[in-house]
Amino acid sequence: MVTINGESVDVAGKTIGDYLDTTNYDKRRIAVEKNGEIVPKALYDETLINDGDSIEVVSFVGGG
Amino acid sequence: MIPTKEEMINALKIRQGERLQKKLMSSVVAVCGLGGLGSNISISLARAGIGKLILIDFDRVDITNLHRQQYKASQVGRYKTEALLENLKEIAPYTEFETHTVKIDESNALDLLKDADIICEAFDNAQCKAMLTNIVLEKMPQKYLVAGSGMAGLGSPNTIKTRKITDKFYLCGDGVSDVNDDIGLVSSRVMLCASHQAHTIIRILNNQFEV
Repeated sequence: MVTINGESVDVAGKTIGDYLDTTNYDKRRIAVEKNGEIVPKALYDETLINDGDSIEVVSFVGGG
Repeated sequence: MIPTKEEMINALKIRQGERLQKKLMSSVVAVCGLGGLGSNISISLARAGIGKLILIDFDRVDITNLHRQQYKASQVGRYKTEALLENLKEIAPYTEFETHTVKIDESNALDLLKDADIICEAFDNAQCKAMLTNIVLEKMPQKYLVAGSGMAGLGSPNTIKTRKITDKFYLCGDGVSDVNDDIGLVSSRVMLCASHQAHTIIRILNNQFEV
């Protein structure tokens, strides 16, 4: 299993890009952290999610 | 009569301790966006005695900014960089300031931010927030980033938090309250988030890395 934003999700074997396509995240508003490192935006489609990975998708909202 | 530089430094040492004061005085922080977050963060950091602030914003002071941003009615229409610089110099006359009246993007971010020890994301637009976050964390991995997301509306003050996302990336706010969701931005709640960001920056400079 993979932990994404604190929830256990069965997405091992997919890429970050594949996973994001199954969600409502607006890719222009997010930053993705995997196992403590930021995933470069250009590498979403080639970064594989492995069993045991911990991922956080930070989705920014407006206001400041 | 404005106190001398030595008098102000001594006063800061009395209030905050000599060790922390020396660290703050030798540090450079870049504040990206000088609105409700950035203007408040800049004032907190200048008062704390940060050595140098790099202030970046392309916009001018609007009358609808006055309820939450640290500008005066007499400054409506002026560039925020110029107006805030004027206000900051009255508060902290011996702090070094560098202003850039530009929109930060992928072409200029590295150059604008190269001298900063810590970068503070204080934009209002969600896409700009994400853009800066990705640029800093991808291209400048040695620098700390303190960002803000989710401080609109009249929700509980206790939902504004600071989280550590990676070793170099701190995120303040409630994470969800978008400016378009509710009644917009309320000064007191925006200031809570600004205070979280300013406080996190000072803690990082004091080698307190856990939230």
